[in-house]
Amino acid sequence: MNPIQIIPHAADYVRILPELVLSVFGMIIMLIDPLLDDRRSRSLSGALALVGSLVAIIATWMQSQSPGLGFWNMVRVDSFSIFFHFLIASITAIVILMSYEYMSVQEIRGGEYYGLILFGACGMMLMSSAVELVLVFIALEISSISTYVLAGFRRRAAISAESSVKYFLLGSFATGFFLYGVALMFGATGSTTIDAIGNVLRSGHIPVLAYMAIAFMFVGLGFKVAAAPFHIWTPDVYEGAPSPVVAFMSTAPKAAVFAVLLRVLFEANAPGRIWLIWVTAALSMTLGNIGALVQDNVKRLLAYSSIAHAGYLLVAFAALPENGIPAAMFYTAAYAFTNIGAFAVVSHFGGAGERRVTMEDYAGLGKRSPLLAATLTLFLLSLIGIPMTAGFFAKFYVFSAAIKANLVGLTVIGFLNSAIAAYYYLRIIVVMYMREERDDSPVAPVPFALGMALALSLFATMYLGILPGRMLDYASSSVSDLVAPAMQTMPVQGIAQVH
Amino acid sequence: MTPHLHLWLIPLLPLAGAAINGFFGRRFSRQAVSTVALLFSGAAFAMALWVAGQFSSLTLPYIETLAPWMRAGSFQVDFAFYFDQLSLVMLMVVTGVGFLIHIYSVGYMWTEGGFYRFFTYLNLFMFFMLTLILASNYLLMFIGWEGVGLASYLLIGFFFLKDSAAAAGKKAFIVNRVGDFGFLIALFLLIKHFGSLNYADLAGSISPLHIETSAGLLTAIGILLMVGAAGKSAQIPLYVWLPDAMEGPTPVSALIHAATMVTAGVYMVSRSHVIFERAPIAMTVVAIIGTLTAFFAATIGITQTDIKKVLAYSTVSQLGYMFIGCGVGAFSAGIFHLMTHAFFKGLLFLAAGSVIHAVGGEQDMRKMGGLRTKIPWTFWTMTAGTFAIAGIPPLAGFFSKDEILWQASRVSMIYWAVGILTAFLTSFYMFRQWFMTFFGEYRGEQHGHGSHSHGSPGHDSHDNHGHGGVHESPAVMLAPLVILAILSVVGGWVGIGNRFENFLAPVFHSTATISADSFDAPSMSAEPKNEEAGKSTELLFTEISVGVGVLGFLLAWQLYYRRPELPAEIALKLNGLYHTVLHKYYVDEIYAAIIVKPLIAISTVVFWKGIDRGMIDATLDGSAEGAREVSDTMRHMQSGNIRSYAGWVAAGAACIIVFMTWMAVGTR
Repeated sequence: MNPIQIIPHAADYVRILPELVLSVFGMIIMLIDPLLDDRRSRSLSGALALVGSLVAIIATWMQSQSPGLGFWNMVRVDSFSIFFHFLIASITAIVILMSYEYMSVQEIRGGEYYGLILFGACGMMLMSSAVELVLVFIALEISSISTYVLAGFRRRAAISAESSVKYFLLGSFATGFFLYGVALMFGATGSTTIDAIGNVLRSGHIPVLAYMAIAFMFVGLGFKVAAAPFHIWTPDVYEGAPSPVVAFMSTAPKAAVFAVLLRVLFEANAPGRIWLIWVTAALSMTLGNIGALVQDNVKRLLAYSSIAHAGYLLVAFAALPENGIPAAMFYTAAYAFTNIGAFAVVSHFGGAGERRVTMEDYAGLGKRSPLLAATLTLFLLSLIGIPMTAGFFAKFYVFSAAIKANLVGLTVIGFLNSAIAAYYYLRIIVVMYMREERDDSPVAPVPFALGMALALSLFATMYLGILPGRMLDYASSSVSDLVAPAMQTMPVQGIAQVH
Repeated sequence: MTPHLHLWLIPLLPLAGAAINGFFGRRFSRQAVSTVALLFSGAAFAMALWVAGQFSSLTLPYIETLAPWMRAGSFQVDFAFYFDQLSLVMLMVVTGVGFLIHIYSVGYMWTEGGFYRFFTYLNLFMFFMLTLILASNYLLMFIGWEGVGLASYLLIGFFFLKDSAAAAGKKAFIVNRVGDFGFLIALFLLIKHFGSLNYADLAGSISPLHIETSAGLLTAIGILLMVGAAGKSAQIPLYVWLPDAMEGPTPVSALIHAATMVTAGVYMVSRSHVIFERAPIAMTVVAIIGTLTAFFAATIGITQTDIKKVLAYSTVSQLGYMFIGCGVGAFSAGIFHLMTHAFFKGLLFLAAGSVIHAVGGEQDMRKMGGLRTKIPWTFWTMTAGTFAIAGIPPLAGFFSKDEILWQASRVSMIYWAVGILTAFLTSFYMFRQWFMTFFGEYRGEQHGHGSHSHGSPGHDSHDNHGHGGVHESPAVMLAPLVILAILSVVGGWVGIGNRFENFLAPVFHSTATISADSFDAPSMSAEPKNEEAGKSTELLFTEISVGVGVLGFLLAWQLYYRRPELPAEIALKLNGLYHTVLHKYYVDEIYAAIIVKPLIAISTVVFWKGIDRGMIDATLDGSAEGAREVSDTMRHMQSGNIRSYAGWVAAGAACIIVFMTWMAVGTR
């Protein structure tokens, strides 16, 4: 590699091909939007965005044929980043499918909305392939700023503006921590490249500064995935933001940030990983689940549930790399498809102005719209973790990995938590099937696009629940991208100290 | 030459039935729905019979791999079925009793709404239950295990407009989750240490291990498995869901909460005998839990007045017996009792359903009485069931219970003594029920529904059976009763001369030889060397157990037939004790006070009032002055209090950073 070289090669562009595709489509949408009236803006830009995300999937596939480093070792295409590219692009496509109905019901103009979703997805994809912390920061900001704006898209609802401002101010605050952590890490190791940091940290002496750097970076990243104790914003923001946006921001950016965390914690061989995760995972699971118990607003309930799920997922980060990494990847995907499906139902059922979001509104849904209720039930069962759904194997792999790493205490906390969790998910099911409806106004029929979104997420949820093998195999194969085979057994030391 | 059995068809047939009824049942007539349901569950039974016919030509265990499921490194799990003598017994019980209960349900549920839904769930249950017992590895078993729980949840909450039914379903589900975690952690430990979940592989890798003299890995796995079993099979401390589960329709109580699902724990422990044999401490835990549960539930059974609740506590108690059997290493005795219990308890529930049907939905025995002549078929079949469970020879319950007690006495006389006491209580409360229901004067109203004045929602007349006066059930309900009654009479005879035990011996074989010279050594030596003396001891024990059965009968006869005013006087004299037992020792209340209420309180106070509401309201009031001039949006926003949220994030960040630094400095 010639350091003087400043013109990127063609191969470099292939390394960021999906990101390029999304940016180009996003810009096209922004440019043609002023020329369209409201209705056409919704349909045409929606269609363009959908095409954009599908092309991004194809681009990811093309990219997967030639893995490697690009842009002066700042991005790396490997089976790990490919996994997250596929995941984020699929989430984006499903969110776009479910947004179409939402936008017309809420009478929101489409253009910028779809553009922002594509830009956000672009940032998230970049996060998963970036192997340089400054680039990670930039990608994080691209993704965050898009979601800040998206959260405020219900312009008529004060609560949505509130959600957006809150998310923006607190999010910026948290990002500051991340940046500070990167700076400290540079101070500790003399590099911002994840590989180089890993080499320094593996070489023996680990400065205290590196521990602090990890803690600072974790604050910033933990905020984005709504892990306790930085979860406080989640219920308010989820309650106020438009439901499709919540579906998006509770899955795609989280997946991307988890990808970064996996790289930082495993590839950079972060010191103190197990202590950090032990505390935050246990806190997230417990606070999330207990908080959800008495919620009456379904969006708030799912917000607390997402805090809890971040906790379950983090458990995998404390495990050994060869079990923990695939388990975390599987969980990310399983949770994404399940949660997005649940929010698709919430979004459709909410109706104009998202009026129907409380528990009582869901009373009798089983009778009023059996198919919709059955679909939501399956997603909720997956969130509980019932076999034959994705949620079961997600938890199975995570906790199995935890036991293999002797994290018995954390596993027990996790299991007790998921017993508590069953209570509030079942509450929704019970209300839907076992209560008389209060108003029997007909539920709007499910339009085609939303039906597709539901069908896709349901298919993914069931597929991962019945035949989880292929995805797990793939995830296991990408372990070697993050951890050199010889290094895989190293972090075993230190586990005993926790117990 | 081993024929190909196509075992996969057995669970798949009921699934097909469930799918057809589930998707199209809404448009079907009741005849069509019941035809589909019966056809597919009957086909599963027929298939099971055919498999049984092939049995002698099989090399056992017979393993049928359907498709690879997942492989991660050396860890491999397949969709595969495992078939041996134990599977055969379970298969016959589940498909046979299941089919009979399907037939009965057609009559029982005929007038109910949601007829197709009921049979969809029932067939779905059969699918999961058959998966559970035929699985060749613990993971597939766990799928079935959770699946039956789900089906049970759906069926308990079947009368879903009743709050108590919905609550009972939820309770069953959540309590079972607690047990499942024990099961899952046990599986993780198996994966971690043996790298497999297949029965065959595990048997191979565990067999060479020595018996653990102190608590070790296998002890931990055994106890965790028992936690799972305690959840599903309603043992202390997780039994609380089963009595509430009686909110479900009576055929469901018979099928799921008596004959099949609740025995899954016993099956799982027996299937894991290789582990338990090498973990004597875990065995002792199983035996103690079984003993305590058997006795404890029996005492509660004495005071219950709801005909189904009596049977529910009796089921908990009988499951305790099965665990005593497993816990003392007599797995085949436990399975034997599982089988006879499926016959007589299935029968008792169905007969109780017939009684409830006859008196128009009443479940309170104090409002029954004198039904002997009015519903003779029900009376005679229920009589067979009652005598069977009371342990009166030569009915089924006698043989299996006696076998368990005899085996228990060889390990510890305490198990035996408590077991005998429980047998006495069992006989007493069953005959109490028998006398209260069928003898004396009819105490109910002549027409229609029972009164609703007696408090507990569990007593509400649960459905629309109030048509006219007391009447006998239709033939479609009586036929299964008669068949089960015959089985309850003759079903125990397969145990004569240890035939049942010998049949299962190949499954539990390894146990017997290995444990004989080490774990069981003390008890073995305590046993009389002389064969003749052993026989006479066994005979003495048998006489005692028959004796207490008769004693229970006599006491119930005295109290509830000859002097029916006596029980009330006794209850009055023993006021405190009586009420404690009547309220089931307040266990539900204790659980609520120490687990449920604190959780809800934390959630309400800290999250709902404390953070969500408290903060919003407090700041809204505090900032009202300054906010008046700002726009509506801004004022609302202010109420969410960004500053305090930022404070929380900063505090959290500070904690994490300090923690990490502290740990880092501390470890160098």
